Amino acid sequence: MEKITCECGHVNPFGTEICEACGKPLQNVDSTKLINMRYEGGAVRSQTYKKHSIDKIWNFFSSVKVGIWIIVLILVAAAIGTIFPQQMYIPPTADPSTYYEEEYGTLGKIFYLLGFENLYGSWWFMLLLAALGISLVIVSIDRGFPLYRALKHQRVTRHNSFMNRQRLYIEVTQPLALEQLKTSLKKRRYKVKEENGNWLAEKNRFSRWGPYVNHTGLILFLIGAMLRFFPDMYLDQPLWIKEGETLAIPGTKTEDGQYYLKNNRFIMDTYKENDPKFAEALKKSSADIPSNYQSNVTLYKTKKDFLPGAKPELTKVKDYKLRVNDPLEFDSFSLYQVDFKPSQLDAFSFKLKRKKTDETIGEFTVNLANPKATYHLKKGYDITLKNYYKNVKVENNKELGSKDNNPENPLMLLKIIAPDVPKGERAVLGIQKNFELGQNKYRISLSGVKMKNVSGLTVKKDRTLPIIVIGGLIFMIGVVQGLYWNHRRVWLKKEGDRWLIAAHTNKNWFGMKRELQGISEETGMPVLQDQS
Amino acid sequence: MRLQQFIMAQLSSTLLYIAFIIYLIATLVFALSLSDKKNKQAAYTKRWGRIGYGLSIIGFITQLGYFITRWVASGHAPVSNLFEFVTFFGMMMVFAFIVLYGIYRANALGVFAMPIALLIIAYGSMFPRDIAPLIPALKSDWLKIHVTTAALGEGILSISFIAGFIYLIRVVDQQLSSKKTKLIESIIYLLLCVLGFIIISAGSAAFHYETTFSWKGTKGEKLENVYTMPALIGPHNGEQLDDHFGPLVDAPSWINGKNAPKKLNTFVWSLLAGGVLYGLIRLILRKRIAAAIRPRLMNLNPDFIDEISYRSVAIGFPVFTLGALVFAMIWAQAAWTRYWGWDPKEVWALITFLFYAAYLHFRLSRGWHGEKSAWLCVIGFVIIMFNLVAVNLVVAGLHSYA
Repeated sequence: MEKITCECGHVNPFGTEICEACGKPLQNVDSTKLINMRYEGGAVRSQTYKKHSIDKIWNFFSSVKVGIWIIVLILVAAAIGTIFPQQMYIPPTADPSTYYEEEYGTLGKIFYLLGFENLYGSWWFMLLLAALGISLVIVSIDRGFPLYRALKHQRVTRHNSFMNRQRLYIEVTQPLALEQLKTSLKKRRYKVKEENGNWLAEKNRFSRWGPYVNHTGLILFLIGAMLRFFPDMYLDQPLWIKEGETLAIPGTKTEDGQYYLKNNRFIMDTYKENDPKFAEALKKSSADIPSNYQSNVTLYKTKKDFLPGAKPELTKVKDYKLRVNDPLEFDSFSLYQVDFKPSQLDAFSFKLKRKKTDETIGEFTVNLANPKATYHLKKGYDITLKNYYKNVKVENNKELGSKDNNPENPLMLLKIIAPDVPKGERAVLGIQKNFELGQNKYRISLSGVKMKNVSGLTVKKDRTLPIIVIGGLIFMIGVVQGLYWNHRRVWLKKEGDRWLIAAHTNKNWFGMKRELQGISEETGMPVLQDQS
Repeated sequence: MRLQQFIMAQLSSTLLYIAFIIYLIATLVFALSLSDKKNKQAAYTKRWGRIGYGLSIIGFITQLGYFITRWVASGHAPVSNLFEFVTFFGMMMVFAFIVLYGIYRANALGVFAMPIALLIIAYGSMFPRDIAPLIPALKSDWLKIHVTTAALGEGILSISFIAGFIYLIRVVDQQLSSKKTKLIESIIYLLLCVLGFIIISAGSAAFHYETTFSWKGTKGEKLENVYTMPALIGPHNGEQLDDHFGPLVDAPSWINGKNAPKKLNTFVWSLLAGGVLYGLIRLILRKRIAAAIRPRLMNLNPDFIDEISYRSVAIGFPVFTLGALVFAMIWAQAAWTRYWGWDPKEVWALITFLFYAAYLHFRLSRGWHGEKSAWLCVIGFVIIMFNLVAVNLVVAGLHSYA
């Protein structure tokens, strides 16, 4: 593990291939082949240490070949996941264990059995992404630092065998028009350094950092994506809210209070068929084409020290027209318009009549989401709700139950108490259902139905976004930096009455040659030969 | 108001038609510019090249006119359905060609880029061309920003395929039939299939061909669909409701969606028509198509073409990433509540990104130049086309318009 002292006096780290200062090849000294300019011949850890098991892991992940393999594996896995829809895109009521086979046959069944219905959340896909992240970190450290060292220590005067083993090289005896040459190089934004009559003209060295910058951006992006799984970083909650309803917004309790939302109105607009712009397309479309989904909402907040359960004291924060593509942002939360259910049952109005005379005793309205226990009609007449199923279903062929809490198919058992029937009469009412249990004197009949729209909203909080944004930005900067500029260098060395001229670019040799051609036309400098 | 819109819409279609014709002429002019003579600097090569380039620019400006007038007529950027997107993609390919020809002045690029752009524009024109309204999710400034940048990126990346393809025709030995020559011929065959699809579609439309089928779906539901190409393949156990030319065979029972048998029929027609075209050309040339083109490319320096191919990736990759991933994520965060959701179109944009990232690593770190790099560019274009065509037409997702 000894440092290598070059004949120019510079001390290079162990493993260096080309002296950082003078460019003398330290390995394969006698070869006449072009020197490998990758990483400027700096001491790359993975190429130097190969003994320890840590070295082996390091070398595995620092290998570009392995990196490419990881990319390709992610690519193939990602493609497989699109053969059939992922579970999140199949109908929410469908059972995945039967859905894939029913819809896509045997292939669908295999897809499901292999766990591909949640491919992007599977442990092995996560592992691939993690491997990519590790590879990015290691490869950047392994190559980035030696490259930085080498470029920082480079001297103007280079060893002859560095010069004549460059891809673009020429040796001439004719005098050079140095002043013109300097002007010509400076015009092309080269920085010209001189040392004992030798030149180094260099430009766009920053382009060499491009890959490391973009890798850093990607690492940040992956870290950001991973942070989502930590507590309090991420929230994604559905909120179904009926017109007129005020509900606590799930997950939005903060130190200074809980947020509430009132849905004032849901609006769905469609394009009018006589819209002159779209007449042709609308004529062909059998269904109406929606133009806007909107919930007019009011955001409220409770006081700081509110007690859960107690009726909250709400302060209005703001009114908002919540539309697709235009979420409502408050604190670190965002509220999105994502879905709706049109015309859901909200309330039934009933009339109570005396059968014999058909005289109306009174009317009452049952709010289907929050019914009262008793409705007083007038003195002596009461209706009591004995049993209520919001979304009725028959259990075990006889008992009644409710599927869920949505009043989609309500069924109620009512007791009518009147002055002449103090013990009460019973009636069952529901959608298209109206029976009496016994010989009743009174009859309840449906007199009105109130429908309301329900807005489907999503509450989101994503504290990882800033990291994602910064990561993405750094990545883009790095990619552009690395791909839109090239690091170009031209060396001139005076060796007695001869000039050695060499040039190097990290990529885009065509552009480099064309630039040298231009310089040559302006200054009479001979055109460098491509030795590759 | 109504009249003005009508005029704008009409003007827009006319401009697209004119642009198409100009591109066609530019293709022919570029083809004339290729010399198989030994003298590289033949004056006529330069002259025809310049004319071809000028025509390409005029064609591009005309198509830009189509784009702007259609925007005025519809009130939104015309990139909202398959016809609009595909024609715009073709336009971006022409634009990318104009930029890269500006740098490298390679006539051969025009000979291949222009007809392929033409093919893409014609293909797009086979889809419904009505000006359609936007659904709420598409109503955003990000529609124009995301879609146009993504299409520009794909257009530039396509030029890397064009250059790579030229490289392969130029370099691969045509003396003997080999795996490589077969692959090159299959690429040509696939391009001819697109042409075949266009010819059959346009032909059937010209004769107002239509035939209706009725059949039972997987769940026993009654399905009905109208074929607009003569039915070679009908739905499984389908009943034809008229006495038009009628199916030679039934589709297998698992191809049973509402549109699936019709798409299969179209697909088979395209393959057959491509086969007929390919066969005819082979018959006339009496050799492999690539073998017939190759002598005209012998004046090209392979390294030069390789450089163009790589340069297109270098320029196109950041643009594609910005448009198809970065802008896409910003919009998805606003419209769908999340910046990333593994929707098929998103995934295929990621796949394209990963593929070109792999390409750059192969090339810059592992020294894959020349032929290997050219084959990769061919695969890259296949991925882009797959995302453009198959993901929209076959895989269903949030993006599937048309």
